[in-house]
Amino acid sequence: MSDSRQSMIRVVKRTAIPRKTAYLIRALAVLLALATGGLFILLLGHNPIEVYKSMITGSLGTKSALRETVKMTIPLCITALGVTLAFTMKFWNIGGEGQICMGATAATYFALFHYDWPPYILFPVMVLASMVAGGVWGMIPAVFKAKFGTNETLFTLMLNYVASYFIQYLRMGPWMNPQSAFPQIARFEKSARLPMLFGVHVGWVFALVLVVLVFVYLRYTKQGYEITVVGENENTARYAGMNVTKIIIRTAFLSAAICGLAGMLQATGADKTLSEAVTGGAGFTAITIAWLSKLNPFAILLVSFLFGMLEKGSGTIQSLFNISTSAAEVFQGIILFFVLGSEFFINFRVMIGKGGVKHER
Amino acid sequence: MQNTQAKSDLAIELRSLTKTFGEVVANKDIDLTVKNGEILALLGENGSGKTTLMNMLSGLYRPDKGQIIIDGKEAAIHSPHDAISLGIGMIHQHFKLVDVLTVQENIVMGTKSTGKTATQLNEEILSISSRFGLLVDPRRKIYSLSVGEKQTVEILKVLYRGARILILDEPTAVLTPQETEKLFAILRKMKEDGCAVIIITHKLNEVLAISDRVTILRKGQSIATVETAKTSARELTELMVGQAVDLSIARPPVKDNGALLDVHHLTVLNEEKVKALDDVSFSLRGGEILGVAGVAGSGQKELCEAIVGLQPVSGGAILHRHTNLVGMSTREIIKRGVSMSFIPEDRLGMGLVGGLGMVDNLLLKEYQNQPGLFVNRKPAQKLAHELIKRLSIVTPGIYTPVKQMSGGNVQKVLLGREIASNPRILITAYPVRGLDINSSMTIYRLLNEQKSKGVGILYIGEDLDVLLELCDRIMVMCGGKVTGIVDAKSATKEMLGLMMTGSSQEEAMEHV
Repeated sequence: MSDSRQSMIRVVKRTAIPRKTAYLIRALAVLLALATGGLFILLLGHNPIEVYKSMITGSLGTKSALRETVKMTIPLCITALGVTLAFTMKFWNIGGEGQICMGATAATYFALFHYDWPPYILFPVMVLASMVAGGVWGMIPAVFKAKFGTNETLFTLMLNYVASYFIQYLRMGPWMNPQSAFPQIARFEKSARLPMLFGVHVGWVFALVLVVLVFVYLRYTKQGYEITVVGENENTARYAGMNVTKIIIRTAFLSAAICGLAGMLQATGADKTLSEAVTGGAGFTAITIAWLSKLNPFAILLVSFLFGMLEKGSGTIQSLFNISTSAAEVFQGIILFFVLGSEFFINFRVMIGKGGVKHER
Repeated sequence: MQNTQAKSDLAIELRSLTKTFGEVVANKDIDLTVKNGEILALLGENGSGKTTLMNMLSGLYRPDKGQIIIDGKEAAIHSPHDAISLGIGMIHQHFKLVDVLTVQENIVMGTKSTGKTATQLNEEILSISSRFGLLVDPRRKIYSLSVGEKQTVEILKVLYRGARILILDEPTAVLTPQETEKLFAILRKMKEDGCAVIIITHKLNEVLAISDRVTILRKGQSIATVETAKTSARELTELMVGQAVDLSIARPPVKDNGALLDVHHLTVLNEEKVKALDDVSFSLRGGEILGVAGVAGSGQKELCEAIVGLQPVSGGAILHRHTNLVGMSTREIIKRGVSMSFIPEDRLGMGLVGGLGMVDNLLLKEYQNQPGLFVNRKPAQKLAHELIKRLSIVTPGIYTPVKQMSGGNVQKVLLGREIASNPRILITAYPVRGLDINSSMTIYRLLNEQKSKGVGILYIGEDLDVLLELCDRIMVMCGGKVTGIVDAKSATKEMLGLMMTGSSQEEAMEHV
């Protein structure tokens, strides 16, 4: 029989794909992204290979570059771990930004007014305060969702602005440094700055510990199991006698608390002061990282490090080649486009031309 | 000469149609013909490829290989739109209607009706509906219609678009026996009018009642086509399953263990504050199967949910051994040995988690009884292997997401888990929904095993024949009320049908 009417391109869902092939496709996507990005750099009038080289040396090449990269990785990694808890439950917490702000604000209160406390009290209090503040910020939308069925995506997003402007208010009002000509909050006293370990503030230790904790929590604890069930099927969860409301609120709290912790580490470790810029966009980038990592904590560690490299590398090429920040962001976008796009080819197979259908038994 | 004559007689001819999904061959070299003025029944177990085949005809899928010939001409159906312009209309199992719009609006939606007034449109619709006896007022809103009327609208919708070839996917699944008769009358009228009709079903008695010929699919291949007048239920089953099957369902006698569950004047309001259950009273004894019959949406779901504490109860009591279950949490009710499994239309909605494997699904009710912070998956792994062996569940592995398993296996996992928890009361709604004959028989056997152990079983079903054979007593519901509780040995299908539409038990008995 003739197949003259067959279309030339068909998309077929893959049933299963060998791991090797999946990684091959992803690697190919990265290569393609680099090639396209290269074209873009060429258009700007630079040598792509030179630019790429300096991105790598700029982010990994020297000890201090590596430290900077790690420093940039910390908030990305921790926030991504935070949103992963919520995402596993299909609770779309895109309020990482606001939760970071609130966590940072709570920690800043103690850094500004209680820096004379002994460190073994001050730091635990700051950690706790930032987690509670961030957690409550994320719990509010969860309570409304559970009680009134509101949409958490909008709610968490809007709270970002509230939190950000709240810091602006503090910066220009009650917490403004009177000695400064600009409306800004004073730099923290030495005693309220996070200690350093191997040249980077100890936030990286928190990040590593959290990777393991979140992994174990999701995989092996009853609460982690509940999160998965609620995320997959709320009706079934209710049917099995789970208290769904409680689980939603608890998980949103934990998710946001981790984001809040990222804020504290950022303010006291990296910025040593508080401003709206404390998030550095981590609340949003973390969403991308969490999805690219397929909500796997160990993958999050790796992916957020790569993002840290990209961010640091972009900074380097900016100063070396005078490529503007926007261009660096375009470049990031290109890479994301290809890597996220490659997931399509991992899930589907595109067949070109007639036939090609094998009747395997 | 004769050849061309024969050709134009055929409304549809399929020649060696093949469709694969990934590595799975859903349809392989299927040949099928339907004449004008003929009703063809397409018979096959689940996963035999019926729906795939029909989706290719209605333009949702494209065949990998083979020809579709409509009215003697080879046709390329690339979209549902193509199908409609070829005169093919598909009536899906789940209605695709907009509830808040009128019948007329639903019918003309998407067609080029510009410039016509509502009255003109109504006249057009009425002229079609009177021709085939499809009685429904075009001005009514969809939500005010009964299930049977909604289906009528679906049929009108495709006829309005000029369909001469009608495909109906399990059209009787949601109908009462009386509504089914009405549907069949409509189909016979279409047949007289020269339309070609394909009806997909796995109810053998309906196949025998309505069709002219039967094409049987098995494992994606067309096994045989037989003339209905020359075949029997037994032969059809054998062709469908590939071996002889004992179709009789056992009904072991009741060993009365006293009442396990007493429901008194139970009233439940739904979200719109309408009574979903209205003064429902019954008693369930240990060691019996109490069937519940009713048109879909008569309160079955609310009843199941109210018993296990998922629905707030606004009046009445549910007594289990003199304790009132009303007001208790689902957790407490489960602990008292009440098990509920409800198979919704999508099969996974309540009871299982599609994205998780067997092990995590078996843990669902068990994990809360484990001590400590961590989940212990060992017992569930053991149970998974046991169930696979005992219920011959087919799955690539105990961690394979259950949504990747076939419907029958999914339902075995669900029922297997409920039974493994050694319940005192087993509530099961639509446990054989969409299952093939062999799997259904396994489920009936499991239920009977539980019955002989003294478990009280509330069986909510849709197939009246099965209810009559399997259950000891049958409670009939209509619009949230109990219209009667009858002895299954003496009840008839007609009687149940009348009671399902609101007649009282006495009226129904007079009528029959």
